[in-house]
Amino acid sequence: MDLKSHISVKNLNVYYGAEHALKNINIDIPDRRITAIIGPSGCGKSTLLKSFNRLVDSIEGVKVTGEVSVDGENIYGPDVEITHIRKKMGLLSQRPFPLPMSIYDNVAYGPRIHGTKNRKVLDETVEKYLKIAHLWDEVKNRLNKPASKLSIGQQQRLCLARGLAVEPEIILGDEPTSALDPKSSRAIEERFMELKNDYTIVIVTHILRQAKRLADYVVFLYLGELIEHGPAREIFENPKEEMTKEYIKGIIS
Amino acid sequence: MDLRKTEENIFKGLMIASTLAIALCTGLILVTIFVKGFSALSIDMITQTPKGGFYLGKEGGILNAIAGSLYLASGATFLSFCMSMPVVVYMNVYAKRNSGFVSLVRFFLDIMSGIPSIVYGAFGFSIMLLLGLRASLLLGIISVAILIFPLMCRAIDEIFKMIPDELGDVSYSLGATKFETGFKVLVRQAMPGISTAILLSFGRAIGDAATVLFTAGFTDSLPGSLLRPIATLPLAVFFQLGTPVAEVKERAYASALILTIIVLAISIIARFLCRKFTVHIIK
Ligand SMILES: Nc1ncnc2c1ncn2[C@@H]1O[C@H](COP(=O)(O)OP(=O)(O)OP(=O)(O)O)[C@@H](O)[C@H]1O
Ligand SMILES: [Mg+2]
Repeated sequence: MDLKSHISVKNLNVYYGAEHALKNINIDIPDRRITAIIGPSGCGKSTLLKSFNRLVDSIEGVKVTGEVSVDGENIYGPDVEITHIRKKMGLLSQRPFPLPMSIYDNVAYGPRIHGTKNRKVLDETVEKYLKIAHLWDEVKNRLNKPASKLSIGQQQRLCLARGLAVEPEIILGDEPTSALDPKSSRAIEERFMELKNDYTIVIVTHILRQAKRLADYVVFLYLGELIEHGPAREIFENPKEEMTKEYIKGIIS
Repeated sequence: MDLRKTEENIFKGLMIASTLAIALCTGLILVTIFVKGFSALSIDMITQTPKGGFYLGKEGGILNAIAGSLYLASGATFLSFCMSMPVVVYMNVYAKRNSGFVSLVRFFLDIMSGIPSIVYGAFGFSIMLLLGLRASLLLGIISVAILIFPLMCRAIDEIFKMIPDELGDVSYSLGATKFETGFKVLVRQAMPGISTAILLSFGRAIGDAATVLFTAGFTDSLPGSLLRPIATLPLAVFFQLGTPVAEVKERAYASALILTIIVLAISIIARFLCRKFTVHIIK
């Protein structure tokens, strides 16, 4: 498989104070594919994901060295506009976090802070992305109701629509289905499958079956080290490293 | 098994006892000011300023103190709020998470809120003397604002601390700046807590006597200018209680009753507003 890289990580190290959470990571995340980051709990999956949009360095005592390039631009470089980098990426967290406002305002928040004021344009944007997230039919009659009143599964789809509304190129998901019921999880997975033609998607997951279902590319971390990465089929069917084999068989977890 | 049950019962008993003790104290205070003050309460009390001989039991009312206290407490609460919000947003949004500097600021604010109000009053007074100023509404507002600032700041800060980091992260990940995240997202989430903090501070501001004693002075006329002294309810209570005339003493309790009713009314209004703010809150 010949893959164009979208996010390129070079010699990335992340320290939480004295704790060396990511050790010299080098990977290329392929463009317009679904990449799954797998590995046991505490191995640094979330840290790696958050270093893609620089949410890690908002914590006191965190030190980051190395490079992460998005579209060829090092986001840890001295004069990067951080809001500009973040606008390129939508984030789905483990538990959905709607903003404390109405359903409509949640989706419109991103476009508004980036300067869209025209009500008609906003209406169209909100409708478009709620439809892409397959939430429109369920909420079209109560767009001005609080987002907190939606079910958890609906909230996660709302968060997806909200992230897409800033027109990112990349979608990051940190175990985006782990708080959801099976039906809602499937809904999110289906959206990812639809979206992967247009977006680069990176998800962290604990669920190997989910990684098998979704991923084109797999990154396996263990205790902060990158053990193996490659096309999903190779990793699952023919892993090179002993550790990967054991993890996939469920011996280490 | 039995032991655990006894333990449970002991603690339950203690909780009930302390609740009752607090309820009893509150009840007794309310009953005292009501019984002693209700007979002196009249329309004149709340619509008139003191007339000649008011302090000897003749006609007039305490409108000067009611108005003065409302002006003073509103002004001080507003000023303190304007000082608190930037500090709180700085500590919770601009500073890095778990920053040592922020812990230090919190520590100093906690010390400040432990300082007795007479010290703030004396401090204000000495500054006043130094600058050659006279007691006035403005100085009263500034002193009381400084008195309630640490309380308000920490109350709002605690609300912000309770907001999960993820909510801020959501906003950042959409490309929002710290300013947008702080004022468009986190403030909304904190709204009910902020309104409670404002109310608490207002209660403290309107009830404090020691700070205003030297800085706001006292007068029999209605507040007219920021630069003139004003009357306040706690001092009205204090002065009236200090006279030997029985009628005036009764009026002191009536004044206390009015003060209590104002604070109560504001709590009820704030509760009501609070409910309006909670609709969008993420739990
Ligand atoms: N804010 C923090 N401060 C200090 N250490 C942290 C912090 N966040 C994470 N760590 C540490 O960094 C390491 C990697 O954490 P991370 O959250 O990235 O793991 P993870 O693979 O996402 O785990 P999980 O699957 O449980 O979510 C862990 O050892 C963790 O204790
Ligand atoms: Mg994680």
